[in-house]
Amino acid sequence: MTPQDIEQIRQHPDFVQLVRRKQNLYWSLTLAMLVIYYGFVLLVAFSPSTLGRSLSGGVTTVGMLVGVAIVLLAFALTGFYVYRANNVIDPLNEKLKQECAQ
Amino acid sequence: MKRLLALFALPCVFATDLALAAEGSARPLNWNAIGMFLVFVLFTLGVTRWAALRTRSASDFYTAGGGMSGLQNGLAIAGDMISAASFLGISAMMFLNGYDGLLYALGVLAGWPIILFLIAERLRNLGKYTFADVVSYRLEQTPVRLTSAFGTLTVALMYLVAQMVGAGKLIELLFGISYLYAVMLVGVLMVFYVTFGGMLATTWVQIIKAVMLLFGTSFMAFMVLRHFGFSTEAMFAGASAVHAKGSAIMAPGGLLSNPIDAISLGLGMMFGTAGLPHILMRFFTVSDAKEARKSVFYATGFIGYFYLLLIVVGFGAIVMVGTDPAFRDASGAIIGGGNMIAVHLAQAVGGNLFLGFISAVAFATILAVVAGLALSGASAVSHDLYACVLRKGQASEQQEMRVSRIATLCIGVLAIVLGLLFESQNIAFLSGLVLAIAASVNFPVLFLSMFWKGLTTRGAVTGSLAGLVSAIVLLVLSPAVWVNVLHHERALFPYSNPALFSMSLAFFSAWLFSVTDTSARAELERGRYLAQFIRSMTGIGASGASKH
Repeated sequence: MTPQDIEQIRQHPDFVQLVRRKQNLYWSLTLAMLVIYYGFVLLVAFSPSTLGRSLSGGVTTVGMLVGVAIVLLAFALTGFYVYRANNVIDPLNEKLKQECAQ
Repeated sequence: MKRLLALFALPCVFATDLALAAEGSARPLNWNAIGMFLVFVLFTLGVTRWAALRTRSASDFYTAGGGMSGLQNGLAIAGDMISAASFLGISAMMFLNGYDGLLYALGVLAGWPIILFLIAERLRNLGKYTFADVVSYRLEQTPVRLTSAFGTLTVALMYLVAQMVGAGKLIELLFGISYLYAVMLVGVLMVFYVTFGGMLATTWVQIIKAVMLLFGTSFMAFMVLRHFGFSTEAMFAGASAVHAKGSAIMAPGGLLSNPIDAISLGLGMMFGTAGLPHILMRFFTVSDAKEARKSVFYATGFIGYFYLLLIVVGFGAIVMVGTDPAFRDASGAIIGGGNMIAVHLAQAVGGNLFLGFISAVAFATILAVVAGLALSGASAVSHDLYACVLRKGQASEQQEMRVSRIATLCIGVLAIVLGLLFESQNIAFLSGLVLAIAASVNFPVLFLSMFWKGLTTRGAVTGSLAGLVSAIVLLVLSPAVWVNVLHHERALFPYSNPALFSMSLAFFSAWLFSVTDTSARAELERGRYLAQFIRSMTGIGASGASKH
């Protein structure tokens, strides 16, 4: 890419929008994952009894449910990211690539 | 934090526990296991031959020509993560401590979404063969590649030695063959896969093993659940009733009661994964950023599924293995040591034939992981050191591939020799060091090179070195080495995982030595960030899949 190409892409409205959307997507999801995981770690460190409480009177504890929920949430977040990236980000990216190739 | 060490120290635990067991009773050869393992080896050698015919260019060798699909790569990544250590180690921890075992599983898993959001696509868009391609994208090639290659080789070799020792001990116990032969066999097969089949064979061996392990564990979990009438409540109730700790196994048991330790371990596991060279290398085996993204999605699914199965395996084993006197020796200890829980459970639910299958899978797991490690080490030597630093990009593909094959051979010989040397050494700290080093040496610089315009060559090199030195020094001063290995009274560094401190120091040094860098070169490097940013965001100019 020549310096002119770079400058042209940088100012391209589609590029500006692509960057904004992509950054919103990955920073918010990263934050969500960090909050989920470190929230859990801090709960384990400071209040393990919360996790040891019985879920519904039986042997299964809240902690067990939380553990399984974190696994499922991690998978759901990656799924959501892939879905958004495929359906929103990629079309925008393709459009930008075509316009810049001209 | 004993249990934490136990996990990091798996190879060593194999080393001590299993060696004692093996010496105590000369175990007979396990023919079921050997037979099934031979089938696996013959089949993977067939795959290697097939791959060898397709491995013509350097791109084929390093990245399977960039032609893997998202699903295939996802399975291979999952295979790298669900290693013998996690299969045998985490189930053993759940057997011993219940809920605490789950904490490790979650730490490893939680890193993957982050890798997807921040690393995977940028890595694919910017790099070609190794992660040093990405770090050195706009920085000075020679110093950056030298430090990255050094980081890669340190991590790969330490990991290899830990795996070799663990493998030798495990195979000695499972198959009844001697440690010497076991280590030689692993080393020779590893070199075979990598030199002839390159990344294509290495990936397929990993995929085959991942499918076998997922299948085997699913079957075990199914049989356990069937035993309890498909009620997890009944399973947990049964486990709480017979476990020495009673219902305490259903809650955190003080494993991460110190917040600093908890966060340090969490950081180390999360970002250590994102700094492992043999994992990062996998992102170059797919055709584009979209496939890289899909591969993490699949990988997260498989890893998460596997860990959920391990909960059933671990808690089920408390009842089905723990209460069965057949799995205990005269003194009441588990035969072969705590790490054999999953193997015993295999026998309990599926008889001798299934025991043989699981033993063969455990062996296959080690082989697949060491092959990936050897390849990542070899690429650092041939691509970063030879082609880019020594020959300044003037080497032909043929020369580069020849060097990488020679490097693989050397790494194989080195791994066997070190494996034999360390047979009876306490190397627990080695495996603990790997993730902490990866999180401190490779990850901060990789992250900053992609996200921070201000990073300069000087900052990148000092950041890597600060991370390396501080991680090693803190680990030596930590309880694992200072007290357990060197037999001092008190540890000088009270925490078992240095990641929080060494990672922070790496980030801080990279920042400090970058912002104070006023050289003309630094100015140029900052100026090149925009072009790099555009390519990392859009994929314009990214290297694609090679065509035949």
